Amino acid sequence: MTAQPTDIATYNFAYLDEQTKRMIRRAILKGIAIPGYQVPFASREMPMPYGWGTGGVQVTASIIGPDDVLKVIDQGADDTTNAVSIRAFFKKVANVAVTTETAKATIIQTRHRIPEHPLTAGQVLVYQVPIPEPLRFLEPRETETRKMHALEEYGLMHVKLYEDIARHGRIATTYAYPVKVEGRYVMDPSPTPKFDNPKMHRSPALQLFGAGREKRIYALPPFTDVVSLDFEDHPFEVQTFDQPCALCAAENVYLDEVILDDHGGYMFVCSDTDHCEKRREQGHRGHLAPESPLEKTEPAQ
Amino acid sequence: MYVAVKGGEAAIANAHALLADRRRGDRSVPALRLDQIVEQLALGVDRVMSEGSLYDRELAALAIVQARGDMIEAIFLVRAYRTTLPRFGYTKAIDTGAMLVERRVSATYKDLPGGQLLGPTFDYTHRLLDPELAAGGDVAEPLQRASEAEAMPRVSAILAREGLIEPDGDMPQDHIPGDITREPLEFPMARDIRLQALSRGDEGFLLALGYSTQRGYARNHPFVGEVRIGEVELELDVPELPFAVPLGSVRVTECQMVNQFKGSAKAPQFTRGYGLVFGQSERKAMAMALCDRALRATEFGEDVVAAAQDEEFVISHSDNVQATGFVEHLKLPHYVDFQAELDLVRRMRAEHDARENAGRAEEKREAAE
Repeated sequence: MTAQPTDIATYNFAYLDEQTKRMIRRAILKGIAIPGYQVPFASREMPMPYGWGTGGVQVTASIIGPDDVLKVIDQGADDTTNAVSIRAFFKKVANVAVTTETAKATIIQTRHRIPEHPLTAGQVLVYQVPIPEPLRFLEPRETETRKMHALEEYGLMHVKLYEDIARHGRIATTYAYPVKVEGRYVMDPSPTPKFDNPKMHRSPALQLFGAGREKRIYALPPFTDVVSLDFEDHPFEVQTFDQPCALCAAENVYLDEVILDDHGGYMFVCSDTDHCEKRREQGHRGHLAPESPLEKTEPAQ
Repeated sequence: MYVAVKGGEAAIANAHALLADRRRGDRSVPALRLDQIVEQLALGVDRVMSEGSLYDRELAALAIVQARGDMIEAIFLVRAYRTTLPRFGYTKAIDTGAMLVERRVSATYKDLPGGQLLGPTFDYTHRLLDPELAAGGDVAEPLQRASEAEAMPRVSAILAREGLIEPDGDMPQDHIPGDITREPLEFPMARDIRLQALSRGDEGFLLALGYSTQRGYARNHPFVGEVRIGEVELELDVPELPFAVPLGSVRVTECQMVNQFKGSAKAPQFTRGYGLVFGQSERKAMAMALCDRALRATEFGEDVVAAAQDEEFVISHSDNVQATGFVEHLKLPHYVDFQAELDLVRRMRAEHDARENAGRAEEKREAAE
């Protein structure tokens, strides 16, 4: 290889070509028009692997404009490696402003969490979705599941939930907990913990779901009814934690368990790093919070 | 005291710097040039072009170097580049009958018009490691003779003259071939779409599936009607011009598999499986042809009993870029979901233990009575 880089390969602004963006925007509009319906789209290869957020990245790349402010989280955190990587990608190919603050972002791309800070009108939450089909693990064939959605035939899902109760005494689905959208489509909320399901219900923000490998886009327009499936005698419940966040003392938030030593010691901290930092800036302190002034997290590069 | 692990960005940058270092390896060894890869690792380049669906030797060579020789990673690099390229149009269907053939063998006829041409093949080489190659010795020029004007019709065309084999498919005249890189896959799919997916499918996956049909999982009695490798011309219809414009040529490998005959309403005739890939890869073209035939089970009213016949199964899992991404994504953090499961298992265990203890207490009480 020559030492000098050559122009052997060049890429379009924001990576995707404009025709592709238009195709994806059409799929998004269709998704918004039919909340919860999985719209097939001609997903492209992206410069990150399938399964690593290619659907979310394509959706974000298609809707992002020069004035947008982007936040990317993975497991609720801005500093997990894949979130860092995707944020860096958009900085590189679209040169947009990025932030870690939920309230300041116009587009939030997420994997596995919804931020604790309530979303507002005008914000867009873009989910990365691995398997968009909520019925997939009950029926592996796409030809069958599409038929089931068309006929609104969701008995299989209720049987599965019932069998959970019969076997385990409770519904044993803790994440990717199926929801019904506007009383019509059963939808996979992506593998977010069921703790986050209620946040989807009538959210003022636009919620877009991109599944790159499976080539599907779906959407929840603002203020859409999103109801977690349950039974009258076994109503839907979210996870609760016995203790508050060890760093910011937050309650009623989703916590990660962090192993402290090899003697079984652990602590619980906020999964949403931005929320945790904001609270600590406001002076909230958990029982394991450091004494020194809060160390700023890495800048949102 | 717990300090959250930070610095993802610096860690990633450092990891990539280390990757670049490992990729280059010992600096006292000369760096590979792309032309060396194109010339001397040509079949690797062919595989990257074929499964990367981009006919460009230099880019494929670059991808191979960048991927440190990891073929699937190289294919991925090429795919991620090709997807950004604008589409100017679609060429006319290539005519493999008019191929400038370098190799052509048929297993069904001893001799046939155009003859058997061994060409540059590993077949009949004794697989003995060659120390002379390691020493980089000179290689003699191959023997060549002036090409003959004799046409080399496809074996399928020869058989078709007697009506012994099904014709070249019966797509309606106004059928516009699909494009799996521009439209989402939907099942069941037309054969043109399926063949596109197979052509860029993973060589190893198709090889294993093709092999499985030979071992009895959807056996369809294949014969290699013919395998041919060579250059075919590409032509593009340009609206302003009354003739098709030649764009150049590509090297392809084509396999026509002749399979089990079928009777039914029509007169008995052989069926076919078809394989076509960029570059030189008989293994891939033959495996593709076996899979194509197996996937036509429904068309011929055969029972779908094996994996190789199941269109959704085969096509959904044949793409190695998709497969490697999703398998390897398991490396990504999943601790939010794991926490949810952990919580559930802890609760269920607590209930289980409580039940056990209650049961034991009950037993003790009964024993005491």
